Formats: sequence, structure tokens, C-alpha cells
Amino acid sequence: MTAVLEVGPAPTVQVVRWSRAASATVAGFVVLVAVAAAVPMLFVPLVGNRLTALLALVVLAVTWNALAGYAGLVSVGQQGFFGLGAYAVLALSDLGLNAYLSVPLAGVVCALAALPSSLLLFRLRAGQFAIGTWVLAEVFRLLVSRVPQLGAGTGRSLTSTTDVDPALRQAFTYWTALAMTVLVLVGAFLLLRSRVGIRLQAVRDDENAARSLGVGVTGEKRLVFVLGSGGAGVAGAITLTNSLTAQPDNMFGVQWAALMIFMVVIGGIGTFEGPIIGAVLLFAVQQLFDGFGNWYLVGLGVLAVVATLAAPRGVWGELAHRRGWTAAPLFHDVRWPALPLAPGAAARHDAADTTVREEGRR
Amino acid sequence: MRLLDAVVQGCLLGGQYALFAAGLSLVFGVLKVVNLAHGDLGILAAFAAIGLAAGAGLPLALAVGVVLVGMLAVGAALHAGLLARTTGALPQISMIATFGLSVVIGNTLQEVFSADPRALDLGSFGTAGVTVGGISVGLLPAAVLAVAVAALTGLHLVLTRTAFGRRVRATADDPATAALVGVDARRTYLVVTALAVGLAGLAGIAYAASSLVTPLAGPSRLIFAFEAVVIGGLGSLWGTLVGAVVLGVAQSVGSVVDPSSGVLAGHLVFLAVLATRPAGLLARTRVRA
Repeated sequence: MTAVLEVGPAPTVQVVRWSRAASATVAGFVVLVAVAAAVPMLFVPLVGNRLTALLALVVLAVTWNALAGYAGLVSVGQQGFFGLGAYAVLALSDLGLNAYLSVPLAGVVCALAALPSSLLLFRLRAGQFAIGTWVLAEVFRLLVSRVPQLGAGTGRSLTSTTDVDPALRQAFTYWTALAMTVLVLVGAFLLLRSRVGIRLQAVRDDENAARSLGVGVTGEKRLVFVLGSGGAGVAGAITLTNSLTAQPDNMFGVQWAALMIFMVVIGGIGTFEGPIIGAVLLFAVQQLFDGFGNWYLVGLGVLAVVATLAAPRGVWGELAHRRGWTAAPLFHDVRWPALPLAPGAAARHDAADTTVREEGRR
Repeated sequence: MRLLDAVVQGCLLGGQYALFAAGLSLVFGVLKVVNLAHGDLGILAAFAAIGLAAGAGLPLALAVGVVLVGMLAVGAALHAGLLARTTGALPQISMIATFGLSVVIGNTLQEVFSADPRALDLGSFGTAGVTVGGISVGLLPAAVLAVAVAALTGLHLVLTRTAFGRRVRATADDPATAALVGVDARRTYLVVTALAVGLAGLAGIAYAASSLVTPLAGPSRLIFAFEAVVIGGLGSLWGTLVGAVVLGVAQSVGSVVDPSSGVLAGHLVFLAVLATRPAGLLARTRVRA
């Protein structure tokens, strides 16, 4: 007697990595960059100055999120690379290099400094890594404070751009910042969409499951740390060419770490879009509450704590989770046609669904 | 002679760092959370004691007692209000929340007490000392070191000899299995966090009694405490004491060599230990909480 099993045709499973929304995002991004590039011709220099500060924030937020949100590396010491980038511009222009060309080079310098640093810091796990990076930032600050050519503890100014007309100088600074921001955004998107990014997200979402599939990621984490630190250095370099003065206690100050964390947590950790929103929100807060001194930082701290308790997904994470919004697809959207278990529903796997893990300790 | 003096002063300084490190290491060992606000909580206690003693005119012992009890309550509130509520989130989230708390505490203190350095006035005891073989030993730093040793010994005894200590170790090793035999993990975590923040308060008061303290000194205390823990070796309370003394001596000798590089010398010793003996000087073969 033979049992006959009726087996229907295998359902064709579609794996979608792009969407109409993503195409719209790319188009919008191109238009935005084009408009942004025209800003210096259209508006008074003051606006360019502030927008440059915004671009530095975007770079900081995106690179910190790549570390903490994708590679699981919570660093409270990225201000070390931020300050190093700023001082690298000073040093490179002392050597006769154009200040604007020094900005990308400062990023390279920081990435090169991050590589040996990672060899030491990666010996520390999770929380210890955070304080370890902080120690490193302090070491950078103390070392730079001892170099008289760089102004030692009192700081000094960038003088190589002072003979340029101020309006033109601000325009150049802004364009450099814009170019670097586009580079960081596109680079981060491509990296996180690549195999490296997929492996990182797998480990972030469930380390044991990833390991059982043979995904170990020390090399990938190191790559993200090196590139992310280069990005923090670029942000520092942009900030210096914008403000023109560097002072160790400010450039290496832990308040930069607080700002990075605030932007990423409020915007949405582990999402690509969140940190950009976080940077814009922080920029708006800065314009409104500039001059409130320490209370402004207290407010940011309180907001960050409340956000981690009440909405750990952040603004964009919540939207993506509830509405299924995605502007920059970094994941594989698996679509099962006519699944008997969930008729009409598309099984989705997206970053927001796994940002908050269900099982917990404590 | 100057070098020997620096070594002695460094050992005494180590007492201060060991006190800060004890609580940090306790929370990390049991809850697996690095409390980035640990240093700031100590500074909060220091300013509370200064405010009560110098501002409100309370007797010193009473002020210190009130603050220490208050810090136990702050610790319990920290667990109930923050650490326990971030369970289920990415492991990074609870650490990020403590960093937010650190920013809040430091900057609030700065606004309330201004950036002026202050100290806890202990009267003549604060400056008294004895001279042994040409080296002057302050009574206060010696007392701080003694308190640190006593605190670490007490902690060790509680963890190894009492029923409470057994529950703590069980929860640290495996909260789920401990729960099967009736250990309330949440309650254990709450008591441990309260104890650790109480220790941070004690450390902050000892710090304010020994030197001038500023509202934003918390992060540097956290960093020194962390360096002491890593230099000594995680999971070993005696390692923490050794690490704190090594760090204190490194800083003290470093500033004899060059007055402005004491702190840098400490950091470099930390990095050197990390490079050569990442498990710490007194690493045990099996690292446990």
C-alpha cells in the first residue's frame, strides 16, 4: 500500500532588497544634496556656518550608530578620534597642506590610529570596552596637551585659511563638509548593506544563532571600528575648519560622546535613518536652547534616559516598527506568496523587529 | 627618598581608588552592567555631605551617616527605576541609560554648587600626620586606605560566608537556575546595586575629605576605578586592591618624574597591563563574579 502525498508546487519565495520607497529616498537624497550644495550661493554666510555644524553632527551620529547599533561596540571615547581629527588638520596645514584637503586626510589619520587601538580595546568586553575607549580618548587629550606646536593645553587657531575672504571660506568649509557627509552616508549604507553589514546584524540580533551558522565577526567589528573612528575624525576636522580654534578640553571633551549617544538613541539605534533624524533634532534643540549652559546638557541627559526606558527604538525605530516604514533598506525582505498560515500577510524580517530582544537578564 | 615617598603616597592614594572600584566591580560582576554613573554618584554623595555639614551645619558624623543611608536608597532607586526597566532591550541600552544619568548628575551639581572646587572639612584630623623614617604619612589617607581594606574584606566575607552572599553568587552565575531554587534575582540585584552605590558614596566622601572636589570629577573617578579593576584582574576583590595601589603608585611616581603627567602615567600603565596581561595581574584561572 502506498501513501500518496499531494504536494503542491513549491511557493516561490521572493527576497526583496529594494523598494519603491527606497528609490524615492535616493531621488530625494540627490535633490537634497543638490539644493544643499547651492545654499552658499543663496543665503547669508551665517546659515552656511550653522549647516556645517549640522553636517558634522550627522557624520558623528551615523558613525556612532554604525559602532553601537550595528557592531554592538558602545564607545564613549569617540571624542578621542574627533579631537584627533581636528588636531590632524592643524598639524597637516602646518606642514603646508591645504586645510580642506586635510579634512579627508584627518579621517585617514584617525582610522590608522584606530587600528592599533582596536588591538588593545577589543580585549575588553561590552561595558568594559566603553570605559576603555574613554581612557584612550583621555590619553589622546593628555598627549596632545603636551605638544607646544599644537598650542598645548590652551589650544590654538587654524591660520592657514585666514587670508581667504570669510564668505568664500565659509562656503569652502561647507562644501567640504557636504562632500564628506555624502561620502560617509553612502559609504555607511553600502557597508551595512554588504555581507559585512548582514553578518554584523545577524550577530547583533542573536549572537548564539549567528555563531551556530559560523558567523564570527571580530574582523568585521574591527573594520567598523576603524572606519567609524575615521568618520569621527572627519567630524572633528569639519568642526575645526568651521570654528577655526581647537582647545584640547573642548575637542576631546566627553560632551561629544553625550551628543553622539543622544542623537542615536533619540533617532533610533540600529536603524540607518534614525541617527540622521536624531542629528536634525539635536541641531534644532541647540538652536533653541543655546545659552542655557549646563541645564541644556541636563535636559539632553534626562531625555536620553527617558527615551531608553520608554521608547528604546527611538523616533525612527518606532515608526519603522509600527508602520513598516523603510527609507534605506539594509535588510532582506522575504515575501511568501499566499502562505497558508498567514494569508495575505508578508513575512517581514526587518531591523526594527529585532532591535528589541525579547529575552532579558536582570 | 623622593621616589620612596612617592611610592608610599601612591599606595595611600590607591585606597581611595579601591573604594570607588569595589562598588563598580560588584555591580559589573553580579548584574553584568557597567554603571557609567558610578563616579558621579560618588561625587553626588560628596556634595551632599559638604552641603549638609558646611551648608546646613550638621555635625560631620551625622551628615556622613545621613548621606550614606541616602545613597543606599539612591542605589535601590537606580535599580528599580532604571536598570530593572531596561531588561529586554539591547544590552547596550542599560549602559547608555547610566551614561545619560552621569551627564545629568554632573551638570546638575555644576549648576547647583557652581564649578568651584570644594572639600569636606575634617578639622585638624584632615591635616594630621606622622613621620616615619623621613616619610610623612597623613592620618586621613591612611584611614581611607584602612577603610578600603575593611570594605573589601567585609565584602569578601559577606560574599563567601553568608547566605546572602551565596544568593548573590548564584544569581551572578546563572539567574535562571538560581530562581529555580527560590532565589529572587530581582531582589538580589536591588540589594547589590544599593550596596554598590553606598560604597560609591563612601568613596566620594573619602575623596572629598582628602582633596578638593569639583562637580564634574565623576568621570575621572569612574575611569580610575575601572583601571584599578582591570589592572588587578576582574572577579578578584584582592586584585582590585592591588590594581588600585598599582594605579596610585603609577600616578604618584609619574608626577614626581614630571608634575603634569601623573594621570597619563596611570593610563599608560593600564594600557601596558592590557597589552601584556589582559586578564589582570592577579587573574584567576577561572574568572567569575
